[in-house]
Amino acid sequence: MPSTLPSSIDAVETLLKEANYVADRSLATVLFLSLKMGRPLFLEGEAGVGKTEIAKVLADQLDRPLIRLQCYEGLDVSSAVYEWNYARQMIEIRLSEATETTDKKTLGQNIFSDEFLIKRPLLQALEDTGKGAPVLLIDELDRTDEPFEAYLLEVLSDFQITIPELGTIKAAEPPIVIITSNRTREIHDALKRRCLYHWVDYPDAEREKDIIRRKIPGADERLTAQIVAFVQKLREDPSLFKLPGIAESLDWTNALTELNTISLDPAVINDTLGVLLKYQDDIAKMQGSEAAEILTQINQELESSGDTAG
Amino acid sequence: MTPQADPVETANEAGTFAENILHFARTLRRAGLPVGPGRVIEALRAVECAGLQRRDDFYWTLHSVFVNRHDQWPLFDQAFHIFWKNPDILKKMMDMMLPTTYLDKVSGDEDEISKRLSQALAPDEAPDSDNDQENEEVEINAELTTSESELLQEKDFEDMSTEELEEAKKAMQSLKLPIREVRTRRLVARSSGNRIDMRRTLRAALRSGGATIPLRYRTNIKKHPPLVIMCDISGSMSQYSRMLLHFLHAITNDRDRVHTFVFGTRLTNITRYMRYRDVDEALDAVSEKVEDWSGGTRIGSTIEEFNKYWSRRVLGQGAVVLFISDGLDRDQADILGPEMERLHKSCRQLIWLNPLLRYDGFEPKARGIKAILPHVDIFRTVHNLQSLSDLSEILSQPDTNTDNTRRLIA
Repeated sequence: MPSTLPSSIDAVETLLKEANYVADRSLATVLFLSLKMGRPLFLEGEAGVGKTEIAKVLADQLDRPLIRLQCYEGLDVSSAVYEWNYARQMIEIRLSEATETTDKKTLGQNIFSDEFLIKRPLLQALEDTGKGAPVLLIDELDRTDEPFEAYLLEVLSDFQITIPELGTIKAAEPPIVIITSNRTREIHDALKRRCLYHWVDYPDAEREKDIIRRKIPGADERLTAQIVAFVQKLREDPSLFKLPGIAESLDWTNALTELNTISLDPAVINDTLGVLLKYQDDIAKMQGSEAAEILTQINQELESSGDTAG
Repeated sequence: MTPQADPVETANEAGTFAENILHFARTLRRAGLPVGPGRVIEALRAVECAGLQRRDDFYWTLHSVFVNRHDQWPLFDQAFHIFWKNPDILKKMMDMMLPTTYLDKVSGDEDEISKRLSQALAPDEAPDSDNDQENEEVEINAELTTSESELLQEKDFEDMSTEELEEAKKAMQSLKLPIREVRTRRLVARSSGNRIDMRRTLRAALRSGGATIPLRYRTNIKKHPPLVIMCDISGSMSQYSRMLLHFLHAITNDRDRVHTFVFGTRLTNITRYMRYRDVDEALDAVSEKVEDWSGGTRIGSTIEEFNKYWSRRVLGQGAVVLFISDGLDRDQADILGPEMERLHKSCRQLIWLNPLLRYDGFEPKARGIKAILPHVDIFRTVHNLQSLSDLSEILSQPDTNTDNTRRLIA
């Protein structure tokens, strides 16, 4: 496993492919730039297009530890950066009382030392792991509130964190930062300015087939072609509220494989629509004739292109 | 003033000159810049120091005194060029010309000058009678006024008068839209609260060497929920959109997390333009951006578009939606109901402001209105400044009451 950073865009593509992550050229490019320039990568896109996966694959392939900060509303310093181990500190205070060495100053220095510190993801990411800088995944940043975003801005610009009792901790080598957002709110421009931005889109048919082949090696070729064509058609439908992502295509392939389906038919589509579409309105729209129509259409297209075997 | 000027002459000149600066300052003040008497004295001093050899020196000298925010600059710039129009500025001053002589010329340059300025330069004009918001007449048979053809035109915002602006501004000062604050999950140190703040507790314990442990608390911060405004700018609403945009500008700049959309036949996000501090600049930018002023209305498809492309991006944190429209829809109302329902279910509170509601005899007969009504929490009128101030009162009330809508549905 290489621990050095890839030296070209092609190398990035290869690196991802080895881990069965099929990225398009634009993503490979921006990822390469982010590694090369040491800038955080800001990935935005619909749910289920493989944003989080990138960080995992990257950490895997570069043989770096992956540190994940899952964001949520109300995330604060004590759960994102560090926390003192209060229980231990209490015990320490009691012990020093018992042994009657209650010199306040020494006690203070003692209980606010490294061993009483609980390190949270952001602080962990600044530490040297011996394997090179870790990959820091800040997942679903849009779920936090603005104050946290502002704090993060500070961290990402200097890669240092100040703990009043201990002083400033600075990263010897800045971590590789991947930030993802589902756009449930707009992230502030100031933060985006610090990062390289990429919108992760749904894959085209070829790439999607490739992904399914790699992730579910046992899937039937013809079925895969049908599934991909069907899902691609759904994504063209402007009336759907929530389009199926790659995660849904993979789930659906798995589901159909489990049901021993060899080829799509209207009945099986109707029964399994819930794997693909997650809104009742969308399912109601697709059920019955609509799905059958799309199926006929894609079957014709597959026939005419002779693409029955992928 | 040349360095070798005779002191007596200089004094005379200075008199006129001071007067001119005074007039100029007044002009700026009327146009809305915060220029007090102190500034004028300051300006005189500054000009004296800098001298009057060059026009641009003079310009920047006055600029340094009268302008203290970047967004005031365009107004100052216009005012300066109108007021000190003649490039031979020194000669003008020697001739003791008062700026009032420029006024006739000024009013001819309508396209160049913002209305605020020309009004400011012509001070003693009676206020326009058409500014009286109270007396605005709306066509009762409004169903006929939604135009059938989409009028894609650039609406000129310049006919906003100082009078109107002042009134709007005054109203805005009292209009803080105090939408009830909601508890967030973020905690903050307080003297009493619902959780123990271990960190501060320990520090306090250390002060006594651990002999006592005085408890310190944390509690949830309260915060305004985000606000999403959707304002109808179609033909039947055109009497209001102008006034409402001022209102929107004020509340956008009053707090963070406000998103503003306008719609006629299509939906436009104007949030960024509304962030310009100066209202004229903001509205200019909006008029540049928006293409369907005073056209028809397609509420149904607009809400659909919003639900699809924006709702998940701006309603994510329990937003309150202000929906400003007369509900007169050119579309078929069959998608309007379900889409409105979806909007209602994806926000904390849906408030509908409708100018038609000012009529006592108002009944929700139009299909669009009927489709929207079941899905709003609060239904209020918005046709004058009074109703806007009432609105802030409603929004600060603790619970959503739906009495109004219920009455109308029943």
